[in-house]
Amino acid sequence: MGPYRNSAPAIRALVREAEVHRDVYVDPEIFELELEHLFPNSWIYIGHASQLSKPGDFITANIGRQPVLASRHSDGSIRVFYNRCPHKGVKIASEACGNTGKFFRCPYHAWSFKTDGSLLAIPLKKGYEGTGLSEMQASEGLPKIRNVVVYRDFIFARLNDSGVSFEDYFGESLSTIDNMVDRSPQGELAIQAAPIRYMHTCNWKMLVENQTDTCHPMVAHESSAGAAVKVWKREQGASTEAPMAVQLYAPFMSPYEFYEQSGIRIWPNGHGHTGVSNSIHSNYSDVDGYPDQMIAAYGEARAHEILAQVRHNTVYFPNVMVKGAVQILRNFIPVAVDRTLVESWVFRLVGAPDKLYERALMYNRFINAPTSIVGHDDLEMYERAQEGLRSDGNRWVNLRRLFEPGEESDVTAVINGTSERQMRNQFHAWAKFMSADMENSAEAAE
Amino acid sequence: MTEKEITDFIYREAYLLDSMQWDAWLDLFHPEGRYWMPLEWQQEDPVLQPSLMYEDLLLLKVRIERLSGERTFSQKPKSRCHHLLQAPQIMASDTGAGLYKARTSYIYTETRGDTLERFSGWASHELVRLGDSIRIKLKRIDLINFDAPFSNIQLFM
Repeated sequence: MGPYRNSAPAIRALVREAEVHRDVYVDPEIFELELEHLFPNSWIYIGHASQLSKPGDFITANIGRQPVLASRHSDGSIRVFYNRCPHKGVKIASEACGNTGKFFRCPYHAWSFKTDGSLLAIPLKKGYEGTGLSEMQASEGLPKIRNVVVYRDFIFARLNDSGVSFEDYFGESLSTIDNMVDRSPQGELAIQAAPIRYMHTCNWKMLVENQTDTCHPMVAHESSAGAAVKVWKREQGASTEAPMAVQLYAPFMSPYEFYEQSGIRIWPNGHGHTGVSNSIHSNYSDVDGYPDQMIAAYGEARAHEILAQVRHNTVYFPNVMVKGAVQILRNFIPVAVDRTLVESWVFRLVGAPDKLYERALMYNRFINAPTSIVGHDDLEMYERAQEGLRSDGNRWVNLRRLFEPGEESDVTAVINGTSERQMRNQFHAWAKFMSADMENSAEAAE
Repeated sequence: MTEKEITDFIYREAYLLDSMQWDAWLDLFHPEGRYWMPLEWQQEDPVLQPSLMYEDLLLLKVRIERLSGERTFSQKPKSRCHHLLQAPQIMASDTGAGLYKARTSYIYTETRGDTLERFSGWASHELVRLGDSIRIKLKRIDLINFDAPFSNIQLFM
């Protein structure tokens, strides 16, 4: 056992006001404790209700490393369980999604479960007569996750029975999800395809921090976005309007002043977003017919209000990023202390022109895919950081840009867009949700 | 276009990639040519279904430009690649329309520093004549595990 287990003070000492200890990225015990404490104490994204359109539809996911299963029950409700048979622990569903019909059936011994998780039948049931099975947890069926909230079709779950409520946890940060949903003239999003998956040999938090790191694009992406700008200048000839592809790449090369002015908003519990007043998504060409659809659906004033919100990246602590303006959700799934699976999902704005879906799909493969040149730049930085942090010459990572002494935590504020305050905000939340139930378990043991 | 012309063209394309003659490789494309890596089994639509890549000549030129950039940190050291091709199979030969299709099973290897990643799949070429030369209208790359989470793929299969 290392120094951190059951030691909230040792955990908190890793996070200083504007520095974090490298152990948060490289220490295997810290990673184990994140899976045991941070993820179960937090509200974690499971999936989208459009993936569960019919009764019997299911999706699988992980909270930390724990496999979970969400299903659409026959009464129309969405249920979430641990994805393990109460008998021998076999995963009930192994595919990412599917339809199980009227019941789930374990492939090992054919125990079966209704789509609300309750035990339906066991073969040769007389073998359990008088054994006391009915008093055991196994008789309850698939272990239920009680704290589940479906917010505008986004399914979130908190594994631990006690903790911060969904409303208190996310608060005003839900406005980014609202804006993404409102961008559909029908107020509805749909997942229509599998995500792009991308494996990173680095700690998951590096990816989350990078979402609000506005001082890296013009440096790290000079090779990709910079090359796109350069090649377009050379090739454009008489063309005046840049093609969609160049419109997506070019804003990454915006100068520091652009990011400074566009602002960052932070919220309590580690959430925050870049692109408050405008963003790299502000100047895409209009899509024919879409503004009129929005005005018809919402009225002129409201439609303009919705479309004027072009937030860049919104971090939903701990491990999700949402882009309302291009309908993307990136899920940073921890696999090991130095291994992270990224799943990038694209939503279709139901009722909106195909061109918007085309653009979102293009953005997704341009920016975060194994075949994305922007992704190539980022992954290189994360991997070098994961290696560089082995150095004993300095054990701290610096997060001091635009730090102000006496800075408050767990507040809502709009600040200079090049601040590292959202990263500080995330680490404050990290220490809080890492240690929240450590203290309780320590007290209970006394 | 004879069968031999088609197969020679495909072997030459792989040679240009393996020897990193990027500009000569780009010259094999028709001005309207595309390089497509689907993200679904037997995918039909490159635009309204997700793909790993669906790139026109402009985007391919950006990639080539990037590979030689002074600040392309993910190419320090430079990646290398190797194509092991099975004999191409001629799928269609429409002299009237001037369109020829071939499918080539391959094993592809790409390096990144000390690591070496290996991929298996099928390359489908749609070839046309442009003047005296053969050009790629579409090169489609179907990986057997298109849905697996890969690390960086920076060169061309």
